Amino acid sequence: MGKKLLLQNEHIPGINTFDVYRKNGGYASVEKALKTMTPDEVTEEVKKSGLRGRGGAGFPAGMKWSFLDRKSEKPRYLVCNADESEPGTFKDRYLMEKIPHLLIEGMITSSYALGANTSYIYVRGEYMYVIRILEKAIEEAYAAGFLGNNILGTNYSLNLYVQPGGGAYICGEETALLESLEGKRGNPRLKPPFPAIAGLYASPTVVNNVETIAAVVPIVNMTGDEYAKIGIGKSTGTKLISASGHINKPGVYEIELGLPVEEFIYSEEYCGGIWKGRKMKAVVAGGSSVPILPTELILKNIKGEARLMSYESLSDGGFVSGTMLGSGGFIVLDETACIVHHLHTFARFYHHESCGQCSPCREGTGWMEKVIHRIEHGHGHMSDIDLLVDVAKKIEGNTICPLGDAAAWPVASAIRHFREEFEYHVKYPEKIKNPKHFEIEPFVSEKNLVTA
Amino acid sequence: MNDTASIEKVEFSSEAKALVERIIKRYPAGKQKSALLPLLHLAQAEFGGWLSPQTMDYVASILSIKPIEVYEVASFYTMFNLKPVGKCLIEVCRTGPCMLRGAEDIVAYIEKKLGIKEGETTPDGQFTLKTTECLGSCGTAPMLQLGADYYENLTEEKVDNLLEKWKTIQNHSTYMRSNRQEI
Ligand SMILES: Cc1cc2nc3c(=O)[nH]c(=O)nc-3n(C[C@H](O)[C@H](O)[C@H](O)COP(=O)(O)O)c2cc1C
Ligand code: SF4
Ligand code: FES
Repeated sequence: MGKKLLLQNEHIPGINTFDVYRKNGGYASVEKALKTMTPDEVTEEVKKSGLRGRGGAGFPAGMKWSFLDRKSEKPRYLVCNADESEPGTFKDRYLMEKIPHLLIEGMITSSYALGANTSYIYVRGEYMYVIRILEKAIEEAYAAGFLGNNILGTNYSLNLYVQPGGGAYICGEETALLESLEGKRGNPRLKPPFPAIAGLYASPTVVNNVETIAAVVPIVNMTGDEYAKIGIGKSTGTKLISASGHINKPGVYEIELGLPVEEFIYSEEYCGGIWKGRKMKAVVAGGSSVPILPTELILKNIKGEARLMSYESLSDGGFVSGTMLGSGGFIVLDETACIVHHLHTFARFYHHESCGQCSPCREGTGWMEKVIHRIEHGHGHMSDIDLLVDVAKKIEGNTICPLGDAAAWPVASAIRHFREEFEYHVKYPEKIKNPKHFEIEPFVSEKNLVTA
Repeated sequence: MNDTASIEKVEFSSEAKALVERIIKRYPAGKQKSALLPLLHLAQAEFGGWLSPQTMDYVASILSIKPIEVYEVASFYTMFNLKPVGKCLIEVCRTGPCMLRGAEDIVAYIEKKLGIKEGETTPDGQFTLKTTECLGSCGTAPMLQLGADYYENLTEEKVDNLLEKWKTIQNHSTYMRSNRQEI
């Protein structure tokens, strides 16, 4: 059994209630921080832990906290990003649903470190029932004196609120989230200024993912140095992975960073192997936006070393032969899956979710969706394949926010590694008429490892 | 179908008004516009599952903002319906992970059972069928959402049972409210 720091108590009956959570050691980090540590000391522990943001980009959390403008006269805010809309990602929902008090405890300890007296948890609107769970837990925490004025008799006070989104993936981007929290359309802001200087209501703000904030709890309890010993290299600690697709046991797993990918996919403790006794074809390792990799490249890197579940190992080889850990949305495709069809659902997603502020993203995502659709349905031309690569290239790096890149990478990588499947769709329109074409006749072909 | 255009005056119930007061207090003085999304959810639940121009104007007046500020927000977010919908709005996720586990077959099955296509409403106004993008339930795919609730690991048999149960629901937003404490 791998080490668990977040979900170790998930099976205790009633762990979603304050009393049971508290009896099992809950809220110890709040007591420790508020009674024995200064805010800066808490921040220091988070820095030492090496914890990296779990929302996707993997930016060191302690460093982000240290950027917060502490000299400003304005109030400071901590905003938790529970927008979780990246296809393939459902770990935050799982954590909030099973152990809501872990997030609330993390919010209190983190808000204390940042000097925030009002904090918000921004939850995607579709998670309405999760919002209810959180609100109930917050009420319990108020009643027990862990929220409100003079928490635990100290002079620290905090009010915590849940804010619903309205259904927009882009509101997961932190500045779009802040716009949305201000009651506006979710259009990402131009940076600088960064939220650490001018965020919510133009005040200094830290935005962190649910899992990042939850991880502050074990860090404060065990110290940053001890936390940093878990995991591998600069990928410290544990990570929640949302596993979906063609595996025997989809679900949320807490892994120690550094676990071999092969073990994660095939061991009974985790995904339990590929369903229906089939073979694996490809994996999207970190949510829809990261490059897709064929079996050979997800299990081993280009040097033939075993690929590990860590920020560094998954990105080894760059985009030519690697991918990213991202949000930990691990999607497995078996040999009957059609890469073009799969990609089309993502292209449609990004087109649907583009906020429309920048023309490369607004126009490019629509164009890519159209062209992929045409290839998928047997109306494509060979030149369409390079056209897609070209459009993707022109979006990448030319937009206000990274949604443009997120839309471009899946397309570029699918063609890089599975070009022959695209060509097959163009060459044999009759064979792909049945949407389940590869279930009837799996696509087999000699494939180069890297067709960059 | 509930059409608020025909309702003389759009006004929250006293229970909802109390909730509105509590929601507005969550934000610093002068930042009451932050309450817009929660209030639109509440208004949609109160007034027939969609936001008519009258409803949006009413929300604008509560928050002392211009109606256009409400329209531009309501039209940005997919959860707000700017046209009337059936009493049961069924939303089936269609993105990659759900597609891999048979979401398209589930959509086709519901279309066949209800005799409508995706995006349409049954002639009796009971059901609207929509597809959505990833709802964060990919590990329990295929799935659908109705009101505030998720229905997961769908099979044709499960869909049969759900549709049977939902035949008699009077208003999906009432349904949502019956489960709701706060939004
Ligand atoms: C298009 C887009 C969508 C995003 N969606 C999310 C999300 O749903 N949840 C999340 O935590 N971060 C998301 N992010 C990343 C946030 O912008 C931000 O980096 C993150 O919340 C920071 O938290 P962390 O440092 O704790 O990871 C998204 C970024 C982009 C560009
Ligand atoms: S890249 Fe796309 S989503 Fe991001 S700001 Fe530009 S148009 Fe909006
Ligand atoms: S893809 Fe359907 S819930 Fe995520």
